[in-house]
Amino acid sequence: MKARIHLLLGSLSAALVAFALAAPRVIAADKVDPVADAKAFQNFFFQKFPNVKHEDFVNGPYSMNEDMKRQWQEKEEFPPYEFALEAGKEMFSTPFKNGKTYADCFPNGGIGIRQNYPYFDSGEGKVITLELALNRCREANGEGPYSYVKDEMASLTAYMAYTSRGKLMDIKIPDDPRALAAYENGKRYFYTRRGQMNFSCASCHVQSPGERIRAETLAPALGILNAMPIYRSEWSGMGTTSRRFVTCNSQTRAVSLEPQSDEYRDVEYFLSYVANGLPISGPGARP
Amino acid sequence: MKLSLGLAMLLALSLAPSARAASEADYKAAYAAAEAASKEAAGMRNQWTVTVSALAAAKRAADGGDFGRAVAAAREAEALARASIFQAVSEKEAWKAMEIR
Ligand code: HEC
Repeated sequence: MKARIHLLLGSLSAALVAFALAAPRVIAADKVDPVADAKAFQNFFFQKFPNVKHEDFVNGPYSMNEDMKRQWQEKEEFPPYEFALEAGKEMFSTPFKNGKTYADCFPNGGIGIRQNYPYFDSGEGKVITLELALNRCREANGEGPYSYVKDEMASLTAYMAYTSRGKLMDIKIPDDPRALAAYENGKRYFYTRRGQMNFSCASCHVQSPGERIRAETLAPALGILNAMPIYRSEWSGMGTTSRRFVTCNSQTRAVSLEPQSDEYRDVEYFLSYVANGLPISGPGARP
Repeated sequence: MKLSLGLAMLLALSLAPSARAASEADYKAAYAAAEAASKEAAGMRNQWTVTVSALAAAKRAADGGDFGRAVAAAREAEALARASIFQAVSEKEAWKAMEIR
């Protein structure tokens, strides 16, 4: 298993063979049905991993490997994201220069709402992620935006996820053709092969979860965003959803997109929607 | 021996300028073609990192006067860019084959 993935990653010729094999299969054009998609998506993983408890899929690689899970549970006593969490809590309650706080920008003062992000904004006709909403909150209050891939954004989202732990992902697709189009675009992005390796997100996170790639165990696509943001030893720090998408793109030798580009927002919408009903577990820690 | 080496050097020197000029033009043409293809790929939001590196390698080699290497790198960049365009076009439909349903 391990050797197979390594080979694929390592050799261009293998990638080219994969390219040749990926001949388009003709499928009748059908209409977008998110409810049926989510059901099929969840069933696929439930059947592929019958021994994994449904709510455990939100723990990324740990759901795939008992030994890793034990080590992780021991680490959870002194979790490496603790520092970011404390910082996020502090930032969240510190007023901006104008005296307002993040709480003023969000429903329920921003507490326990992570499971509702991203959402589709019918006024704007676009998907709004939590990271985007946080920067918009800052800008509306006269503050500069944070980098989407750096510590401050990870700290803020870590705190917001923490206050929502255990709440079930609850993403809505309003009755608006633009919302359906954003969902479909995210789905297409998820399944589209890219980069010189000719891999889609699904090549790794649907076809190979539990397999090892370099030193890492691949997380299943089901519930893959529920633990964000995450601490990773390899990063020696925290990473946002944006940072993870950028890193995953580069691994396939694809030039990554700008954080919070339409494609990234839409793929976040798709992946969160198909995880509806699974609990928020963030922030997470990875080996 | 000494004489032939001297002759060879003279010959090389006399030939070098014209050979050099020709390859610089080759490089410019190869680079322009590669750049155009890579821009097309980027426009399709499907640029590959290896295309960008090959383009940069071509430029570096040309800056150092090694036009032979520069042309080779530019041609590689163009081939990679064309492959990424082909990928983007075929994936417009092919992605559906991967979908969980
Ligand atoms: C070449 C294989 C590969 C591809 C393709 C890939 N990823 Fe990943 N991804 C990884 C690896 C390796 C990790 C780190 C180990 C893990 O958690 O799965 C990871 C982690 C993640 C995580 C964090 C999971 C967690 O619980 O820590 C998310 C989210 C993610 N990927 C999303 C995506 C998306 C979206 C795409 C498509 C744009 C994608 N990945 C494409 C290899 C890949």
